[in-house]
Amino acid sequence: MDWILFLELAANGAVTGLLYAMVAISIVLIFKSSAVPNLAQGALVMVGAYAVLAFSDWLGLPMWLAIPAAMVFMFGLGIGIERHALRRLAGQPIIMILMMTLGLDIFLRGITLAAFGGSARRMDLGISDDPLFVGQILMSRVHLTGAAVALMVFAALVLFFRTRRGIRLRAISNDYVASWSVGIGVEQGVALSWALAAVISTIAGVFWGAVQGVDQSLSLLLLKSLTVAVLGGLDSLPGAIVAGILLGVLESVVSGYLDPLVGGGSRELVVAVTLILTVLIRPHGLFGDRSVERI
Amino acid sequence: MFYRLSGVRHFSYTGDRSLYRIPFERNAALALLAAAILAPWIIGELTLTSLVQPWLIWTSAALGLNLVVGWAGQLHLGYAAVMGVGAYAGTHAARSGVPWEIAIVLAGFASMVIGSVFSIAALRVKGLYLALTTLAMQFVIDWSIVHLSVVSGGALASLRAPDMSLLGFEINGTAGLYYVALAWCVLVTIFMMNLRRSALGRALMAVREKDYAAEIIGVRSFVFKLVAFAASSFIAGVSGAVLIATYYHIVTPDQFSTQVSIQVLAMVIVGGLGSIIGTYLGTALILIMPGLVAALFHGATELFDLRIGVETLAHLPNAAYGALIMGCLLWEPLGLGRLYHNMRSYLIAWPFGYLKK
Repeated sequence: MDWILFLELAANGAVTGLLYAMVAISIVLIFKSSAVPNLAQGALVMVGAYAVLAFSDWLGLPMWLAIPAAMVFMFGLGIGIERHALRRLAGQPIIMILMMTLGLDIFLRGITLAAFGGSARRMDLGISDDPLFVGQILMSRVHLTGAAVALMVFAALVLFFRTRRGIRLRAISNDYVASWSVGIGVEQGVALSWALAAVISTIAGVFWGAVQGVDQSLSLLLLKSLTVAVLGGLDSLPGAIVAGILLGVLESVVSGYLDPLVGGGSRELVVAVTLILTVLIRPHGLFGDRSVERI
Repeated sequence: MFYRLSGVRHFSYTGDRSLYRIPFERNAALALLAAAILAPWIIGELTLTSLVQPWLIWTSAALGLNLVVGWAGQLHLGYAAVMGVGAYAGTHAARSGVPWEIAIVLAGFASMVIGSVFSIAALRVKGLYLALTTLAMQFVIDWSIVHLSVVSGGALASLRAPDMSLLGFEINGTAGLYYVALAWCVLVTIFMMNLRRSALGRALMAVREKDYAAEIIGVRSFVFKLVAFAASSFIAGVSGAVLIATYYHIVTPDQFSTQVSIQVLAMVIVGGLGSIIGTYLGTALILIMPGLVAALFHGATELFDLRIGVETLAHLPNAAYGALIMGCLLWEPLGLGRLYHNMRSYLIAWPFGYLKK
């Protein structure tokens, strides 16, 4: 067995997994506060990346200014989506909510591509493309930066949940009726979680755009981030980080050895099988504690 | 005035349970059927093959999905994959010399076997987790179809379906293919209409409302969930095979992608869960909407001399499609079938609106 190859696959997988985890954190944030599974998460990442491009290309802002501007825009978009699309569906059966997020996904993708066109664009962060050798392992600088930012986002969220506003969000996710009765604005809390998720999607969109270019394929992150979120437990933030690393390593290592055998493309398969097995064996994920209604 | 109730009395239980309790509805259905049979002479060939025929086939497929989502209440996000299994099974069978009438049934059974695997998940989890599992299964089946060259004939290959012949008749020409699609759609519709008043349908509805409550009154939800998935998969498989045999003529892996699953689900949701006429209307709306929006924007650009890019025009129908789904959920969550139902109950009492039906 070639240990260098294995270590290289694992290390790169872990770093990529942290980038998945950043998207998964958004899903977890929304699910925690409102029990809405956001299937439009891939489209949100894509819109975030395009918003950064819009501010830097159309308005000519430098990148360090375009990214915060896009984050402010996405904050508003998140609040708008919650206010106008999902709040009115509260209490409806889950299929309506799922279909709403699917419709939102189609709508956001369509409107973004109508505005920007379908051809892939580059996201230039000014991070050099030169490979980085850690020992004998080859790694990408963009990926490493992204992974570090993902951990920073996670740390920031942990700190946020210790503030007064964060404690309110935790109360809402714990029991929203009780939160209502003690005077916590549940609607504002849920809107805030959507806004935060949209902001984190922007950051994820920046790094994924730098990694693979900004185009429609960004929305395909949905399946991977959903798998990470389910594997870690849909209501657990640390779970998303751990599951992200786990899935990244698994995907990279398995497809690294399997791809030559089946002729490529086994990454999607690994992800889908992981999702199926997670749901069938341990539906509440590694760290989720919400009891899933089982038969 | 329409849907006249005066003079309509049922003197036996059989009469009371009949498919159409109001004669006007029965006559309207018969008139529609007659119009459908005469359609090749009434409407142009282009409309028939490019609008009516896909409408009928997708309606039968959507009715199958409505069986599992609307009647049995189980979420299914991998329906297109099940259709794809049927399409490939039917095409391979027909290519290897099996007569089409047997190939189509084989397609149904192949889908039934694969589709019942989906129900294993349904027997373990429900709601959101079931939706996610079926979505993942869609990816697995898609991947298998593309990567098993025995099935797809290679990643970029497309298989040609042989010409159709049923019961010794060579079926060629637009009218013949149209009648095959029509016959299948009518068959599925009759099955679904009778489901509502049969023991099976009522058991499915009991499972939908609350599965353990159904269990308590003696409906084995385990069995009926399995039956719902199997029956809907059979319909999906035959619809997939009919779609290939009469409409696409060529089968490729991307005809049955995740997007198609979402599209069929959108037909069911826009039409209304558990509504048959709604499924017809919803399918029609989802199918003609992209062309309609494209034509609208195209007309607007010519009229007002706007400068909308080609790519923008190409992606606007998608945005409108998403907006249609969202709007439908916001303003009429029970779908177009509900609108029809409202109109019907209004007309039953019209012009005496103050009378309760």
